[in-house]
Amino acid sequence: MPRPGDGAPRAVTLLPGDGIGPLVTGAVEQVMEAMHAPVYFEKYDVHGDMTTVPAEVLESIRRNKVCLKGGLRTPVGGGVSSLNVQLRKELDLYASLVNCFNMVGVPTRHENVDIVVIRENTEGEYAGLEHEVVPGVVESLKVITKFCSERIAKYAFEYAYLNNRKKVTAVHKANIMKLADGLFLESCRNIATKYPGIKYNEIIVDNCCMQLVSKPEQFDVMVTPNLYGNLVANTAAGIAGGTGIMPGGNVGQGHAIFEQGASAGNVGTEKQVAQNKANPVALLLSSAMMLRHLQFPSFADRLETPSSGSTQEVTDAVIAALD
Amino acid sequence: MARRSLPFLRQTLRSPKPRESPPSAQSRRSVTYMPRPGDGAPRAVTLIPGDGIGPLVTAAVEQVMAAMRAPVFFEKYEVHGDMAAVPREVMESIRRNKVCIKGGLATPVGGGVSSLNVQLRKELDLYASLVYCFNLPGLPTRHENVDIVVIRENTEGEYAGLEHEVVPGVVESLKVITKFCSERIAKYAFEYAYLNNRKKVTAVHKANIMKLADGLFLESCREIATKYPGIKYDEIIVDNCCMQLVSKPEQFDVMVTPNLYGNLVANTAAGIAGGASFMPGGNVGQEHAIFEQGASAGNVGSRKLVEEKKANPVALLLSSAMMLRHLQFPSFADRLEMAVKRVVAEGRCRTMDLGGDATIQEVVEAIVAALH
Repeated sequence: MPRPGDGAPRAVTLLPGDGIGPLVTGAVEQVMEAMHAPVYFEKYDVHGDMTTVPAEVLESIRRNKVCLKGGLRTPVGGGVSSLNVQLRKELDLYASLVNCFNMVGVPTRHENVDIVVIRENTEGEYAGLEHEVVPGVVESLKVITKFCSERIAKYAFEYAYLNNRKKVTAVHKANIMKLADGLFLESCRNIATKYPGIKYNEIIVDNCCMQLVSKPEQFDVMVTPNLYGNLVANTAAGIAGGTGIMPGGNVGQGHAIFEQGASAGNVGTEKQVAQNKANPVALLLSSAMMLRHLQFPSFADRLETPSSGSTQEVTDAVIAALD
Repeated sequence: MARRSLPFLRQTLRSPKPRESPPSAQSRRSVTYMPRPGDGAPRAVTLIPGDGIGPLVTAAVEQVMAAMRAPVFFEKYEVHGDMAAVPREVMESIRRNKVCIKGGLATPVGGGVSSLNVQLRKELDLYASLVYCFNLPGLPTRHENVDIVVIRENTEGEYAGLEHEVVPGVVESLKVITKFCSERIAKYAFEYAYLNNRKKVTAVHKANIMKLADGLFLESCREIATKYPGIKYDEIIVDNCCMQLVSKPEQFDVMVTPNLYGNLVANTAAGIAGGASFMPGGNVGQEHAIFEQGASAGNVGSRKLVEEKKANPVALLLSSAMMLRHLQFPSFADRLEMAVKRVVAEGRCRTMDLGGDATIQEVVEAIVAALH
């Protein structure tokens, strides 16, 4: 039962990005139009090889609070730091969420996959603090803080609580990195005591990888530091059918950015760009998450899941499937 | 001693794949090896049973070796994961024998005791960890065409063990990458590929984020790659790699990685190929070699496995076959491998990880019976 004025259109920042990014965001724009959804997009051109995210883009996101983006290709090696990481840090989007689940009609080798990976997004191995001590020796700092570990654990348990999930599993390597991952685990255990209705357990990350590929049904919600989260999310997305279809986003206290859930392939290959054959499902499902975030649940429900084809065909199929 | 170890290393590198003969045929290799007089002299091997299911699986190895009358005898030492350091006599024994086989050592999570597994590798400078993940006939998996060798840098990277609490609530952990270690692991990987007729080496990294550290690793790999023009070389970012492993594992051949990624990639690859309790592997350096279950997950097992004696010995048995080749006893290695593969193919190794109920003793007896 909406309140009067709830249908007022909302502005959303749109970043097409690199590679297949523009294709898949184009698909989202088409579908939103076809639904007459009350959103309109402020588009900005950002590319992975820019030095920083332009100030106007950040202002737009701060104003709109919500953003949808395609992948930004971070160059390997020297010089340019990742704009994806920069966005997350500047807006303090400390939680990255990927929902990996078996979709009807998508053939996979694994059944019963329904995993939500919640990954700390701002510190850990991605602190970006590296230096060359002497020529030929490089040190890279992995920073873990109680503050960040506690808030990501809190987010994970809160997510489980609100979404009727039964179990939260913390992924770590505290037998080797005793202080760093030990601090992470401590924070998780503290928060777990506040949610007695939700089961909590821990798993070492190498065993976790193996369990994911042999018995994925044992996992429900997983909370992890930054690097492990990246790998676990991509593995989970892979077993559930591929990162081209798993939705996700990055959320913080004030803002949210929605994008393809797991990072592998979100820029795609040149062939995909040339042949217009990118898979828009992940971004479409993420845009449905975005519609819920904006309090437009019925529009979110109307989005459907198509199967493979060229981007345009898939988009048309989605539009045709909308009532 | 260092020069003599090179042929040993080359023997290690030979992958434990079965020959194409069907399991029931006699080994055709008896004429290929012409021993020198005295080659049959028994060799001493250090044996560390370890924790959990470790003693069970190492006992399985001892039984099978005795049944084959293999020219090895074991010097057994008790080492447990909660000891402060590896006892000096054990280190001396390994240094003397050059070869060791061990079960898992359970490293306590959290404060105090550092990992003895890591300590062993660092003290003996076993800089390469090798896990061979492949589909075993008769072992049901969701993935076909898996034939991956993961070569992982074993001494530095995220496992440098250098952590400190800057201020209460803030911990820094140092990941150290050096040109020296990166070059030698890359060299080992390409040499392995070259000696075992492998077509491609893939470097796994995250150099888009850790530009200096993984950038240095990649640079070293690229340099070494130019020296092996006959072997294809490519690179893959680690998150994409994880996804590709679970969707299209057939694209990977030999993979070379820094320490942490190697741990995860090896366990994932072992998982898709049938489970870490089936995949052989070892740690090798210039002078010494320690053989153990390839990927680390589950090498200590659960209490239930220990109490009911239902551990799976296949990984350690295949690793001991690798060890026999390392010691220049290839025909024993062939016999052992064929027996193990036959038992697995005929479905007589239905241990708990396969959903079955067999005890380790039953499996060992089946393997001993299958030996010719």
